[in-house]
Amino acid sequence: MQTYLDFEKSLAEIEGKAEELRALARQDPEMDVEKEARSLDDRARTMLADIYKGLTPWRKCQVARHPLRPHALDYIGALFTEYTPLAGDRAFAEDRAVVGGLARFNDRPVVVFGHERGHDTQSRLDRNFGMARPEGYRKGARLMQLADRFDLPVITLVDTAGAYPGKGAEERGQAEAIARSTEMCLTIKAPLISVIIGEGGSGGAVAFATADRVAMLEHSVYSVISPEGCASILWKNAEKMREAAEALRLTAQDLRKLGVCDRIIPEPVGGAQRDRGLTLQRVGQAIGEMLGELDAMSPDDRRAARRRKYIEMGARGLA
Amino acid sequence: MNWINDYVRPRINSLNTLFTSTKREMPDNLWRKCDECGTMLFHRELAEALNVCPSCQHHMHISPRDRFTALFDGGTYHELPVPEPIADPLQFRDEKRYPDRIRDARRKTGEHEATLLAEGELGRLPVVALAQDFSFMGGSMGMAVGNAMIAGAERAVKRRAPFVVFSAAGGARMQEGILSLMQMPRTTVAVQMVKEAGLPYVVVLTNPTTGGVTASYAMLGDVQIAEPNALICFAGPRVIEQTIRETLPEGFQRAEYLLDHGMLDRVIHRREMRDELARLLRLLMNETPRVHGDLPAPSPVAQDVAEVVEAAKSGATEA
Repeated sequence: MQTYLDFEKSLAEIEGKAEELRALARQDPEMDVEKEARSLDDRARTMLADIYKGLTPWRKCQVARHPLRPHALDYIGALFTEYTPLAGDRAFAEDRAVVGGLARFNDRPVVVFGHERGHDTQSRLDRNFGMARPEGYRKGARLMQLADRFDLPVITLVDTAGAYPGKGAEERGQAEAIARSTEMCLTIKAPLISVIIGEGGSGGAVAFATADRVAMLEHSVYSVISPEGCASILWKNAEKMREAAEALRLTAQDLRKLGVCDRIIPEPVGGAQRDRGLTLQRVGQAIGEMLGELDAMSPDDRRAARRRKYIEMGARGLA
Repeated sequence: MNWINDYVRPRINSLNTLFTSTKREMPDNLWRKCDECGTMLFHRELAEALNVCPSCQHHMHISPRDRFTALFDGGTYHELPVPEPIADPLQFRDEKRYPDRIRDARRKTGEHEATLLAEGELGRLPVVALAQDFSFMGGSMGMAVGNAMIAGAERAVKRRAPFVVFSAAGGARMQEGILSLMQMPRTTVAVQMVKEAGLPYVVVLTNPTTGGVTASYAMLGDVQIAEPNALICFAGPRVIEQTIRETLPEGFQRAEYLLDHGMLDRVIHRREMRDELARLLRLLMNETPRVHGDLPAPSPVAQDVAEVVEAAKSGATEA
């Protein structure tokens, strides 16, 4: 079952028609619809490729938030073995919006963690829609420290609308927890790779995405504020999110030019949700290659280069 | 407007004309209304009280220059140059162009940017200090803030001086998009430079300190001080009320509330800030107790300030 976004409506019609024809043929074996259905398939395929070739920034936001996109646990399940979840921040609670622990990547022991949004109503509520509280960031920082102690590479999977804006979260130091997690990213000497697999929402993303290599899926986004939030502040109208998405330069392609993103991982035609298997495989390959690059550096050089990257970031603008 | 402008002032003016028979100019800004209790305060009285309302002790906005004058020995300090970031890196445009917004802010405040970096002596101890200016685009964090933090940290390390930051910001500067977000890791590297050199990094949080500023350098101090009643948060009260749909308790996210919740070391009245910092920094720097008394202004410009100015002019940056 496909879930269509608003700009995929005409595509939905064609794919629906092909589906209907085939359903008819199943009922009446005399009918030969395959030729017509196949021509519809071809039209759909061309249309899909066309739509995804020129996605506007706002459409990319919609794709990045697509409910059928693979989430952190999908990647962990597909790309890692011996996954051993570790829990808790040792101070207050276990935040189920952040998943992670020890695992093997290509047989090599690593630490992997990230935001998990959930895939149905129940799991989304359980995961707080991937919006972490301070405990989630403290858990992430703890896992990084653990990795550093045993010189294990860290892989983070970033996918969050942002840190949770709640009363308890503020009381327990949301800001401090994010600041410490970012600080930890810049303190450890172990290789640190971050993949933005969907939405990289503001400080809640930075806390896990300050890394040696930041890779982004082709249609993922990374921004200081959501386009809706930006529109309601600067345009005083939340409906101007298309303009805001344009102005914020939040696409992987713009962020690559700005030096914020180090590598773009191509998505299957029609986005990650159309071919989850291929997406998982490409992300796995990219992580492997980036690890290889980082292995070639000494721990001290790696950390120094990571810090230098952030010090120099933004000096050139979009040029 | 109010009875003082409408009634008292015209009468004083007419008395003036009676006695001096020359019409004297009466500037409009002689009186300021306390943001909190509404008391009308005479400008000279208010300035003497460092913009703290004498009737309700509310700490009103104070410019970085006035703050530094009150902070450093003899009111003397040297402004340190900050490398100029690239203008309008994203070519950002909402209802207005970003360069126009900057120009307006410059005209309104007479300052070049939302931060001021200075060096001087505090109780005869050399200190590097940075203050954010809330009246300049809400003190928002863009590349310029990051550049100032890095320049300040480098200077502190070079002079073996403590680094004191007075934070005040509405959060990120949306017009710099992702690069504004990247100031979180950038400023964190600056803090690490100071800490790894074994020097104190002290933060004074002033009203308001919010968003990405709180979630990075403003929460990473060796000692965390706040001015009374300052709003300090990650997500603002309005956002939280919209999310959880309940009214927040009295004093939520104010300095005293954070102190109660373990997020701050001390809440200190602005009048006592100079003594507080002088004592604290000498304790942290393992110096002898401070000599009390009215110290004269320190001796001439530290010889290498000139070098720094030169280096900045020629575009060179210190490693």
